[in-house]
Amino acid sequence: MKKYMSFFKIRFISGLQYRAAAWAGISTQFAWGGLTVLMFWAFYQDGKNSFPMTFPELSSYIWMQQAFLAMFMAWFFDNEIFDSITSGGIAYELCRPCDIYYMWFVKNMAVRLSRTVLRCFPILIVAALLPSPFNITLPPNPAAAFLFLISVILGFLVLISFSMLIYISAFYTLSPNGVRIIAVSVTEFFSGSIIPIPFFPESLQTIIYALPFSSMQNTPFLIYTGHMNGADTLRSITVQIFWFAAMTLVGRILFKKALKKVVVQGG
Amino acid sequence: MKLYFKYVAMLLKSQMQYKASFIMTASGQFLVSFTAFLGIYFMFSRFHTVKGFEFSEILLCFSIVLMSFSVTECFVRGFDVFPRLIQSGNLDRILVRPRNEIFQVLTSNIEFSRIGRLLQAILMLIYAIPASGIIWTLDKILTAFLMVTGGIAVFSSLFVLYAGFSFFTIEGLEFMNIFTDGSREFGKYPMSIYGEGILKFFTYVIPIALFQYYPLLYLIGRSDNIGLIFLPLMGFLFMIPCYCFFKFGLRKYKSTGS
Repeated sequence: MKKYMSFFKIRFISGLQYRAAAWAGISTQFAWGGLTVLMFWAFYQDGKNSFPMTFPELSSYIWMQQAFLAMFMAWFFDNEIFDSITSGGIAYELCRPCDIYYMWFVKNMAVRLSRTVLRCFPILIVAALLPSPFNITLPPNPAAAFLFLISVILGFLVLISFSMLIYISAFYTLSPNGVRIIAVSVTEFFSGSIIPIPFFPESLQTIIYALPFSSMQNTPFLIYTGHMNGADTLRSITVQIFWFAAMTLVGRILFKKALKKVVVQGG
Repeated sequence: MKLYFKYVAMLLKSQMQYKASFIMTASGQFLVSFTAFLGIYFMFSRFHTVKGFEFSEILLCFSIVLMSFSVTECFVRGFDVFPRLIQSGNLDRILVRPRNEIFQVLTSNIEFSRIGRLLQAILMLIYAIPASGIIWTLDKILTAFLMVTGGIAVFSSLFVLYAGFSFFTIEGLEFMNIFTDGSREFGKYPMSIYGEGILKFFTYVIPIALFQYYPLLYLIGRSDNIGLIFLPLMGFLFMIPCYCFFKFGLRKYKSTGS
């Protein structure tokens, strides 16, 4: 455990160094969030009755999405990992006295978390100061806040266990780009980063909620806004736990299999 | 010009060496813009109109913006990956050659796989042309054509501006994304839906609305002002400050030495 903690710490601290990038990212995400809220506002004015969430709920959802973008961004992958698989650098990693799966897992967590820590607070503070109903509001009650915390951690773990599967696929395909771009667009769409899942047609929602992608960012943010409550919350958290367990298990099995037949070309 | 086509043929041949990878990336590009389309489709199956615009009219706007963006991203890709030229020091090689540096950056990289996005834009246009109920007289065809051309001019200028900023900061470049990727992302709807202030910004500062919202009004018969047809040409004026800024950056450029 201790060695994984230190991998985490190294990555986390080095991630904290990119402050100019963080400021640029904050301003981009702020503008992005603002335009997205305004776009939904245009739809809201024409069709208040068809709007599946209340407007303050939607604003909170969008701002949370922007604040935690670095945590849940689907397109981010650690290129070092892909390189080490395709170039054979993994041979060095194999010599280390620790499990590579867990090592990669904590490294991914650390990079994403360090970026989130740098970026989320300014966005959240400014978004809270905006005029209502465009601002972000606090969760409706302490229970929702508590369940949000649990759910956001689980969502983060689901996302990383999913990206581990994509890394592992590189063992089998050796050219990760195709799998990667398809995985990214599918994840973005079904996790609600293009439009929040409540805006999907009702008939599709049942299916989408069963997929792993909605367990990533959609569940915690809906709990935070208060749109998801009561029994739905507990069910969604159970789904999150299921997907985390399932994808980690599959990832471990595929990883072991891949390592058995891994061929490192000399040189 | 002859030299340019030679470069295009060369890059095309080299990218065709990896056919499987090319097809994968192109279909990935298609999928990315297809999900954006699905997002709009789902919104409209719920709301039907936004600020008086109908689904087919929004698709018309989106496909024109996407078309100009994907053509730009394909042929002006050299400026999009310009920061890499600086970081790797390859810009120095360009500077010592006896040809115009803009020309050389343009020919350093052409990304043909953007054809996937272009395909998506064309498909939407094919759907939107009959669905929008526009009678395609000569002036409307001209409007649509100028919209795409003006779009290419503005997007190219934005990429050049982006490259210009990379002379001063590499890390802070992310803020330019709101103008490049953001214009594509938010340009799928006419800029007027975001409100008065945003429309003004995207008219006078970053002239996206010039090739998008205003001529669209003429195209869908919301306005009879003939001047709107030629408004996209104003987008070409935007090239001047962006080009000057790039030149200014280039003069300040000090090599990384590697």
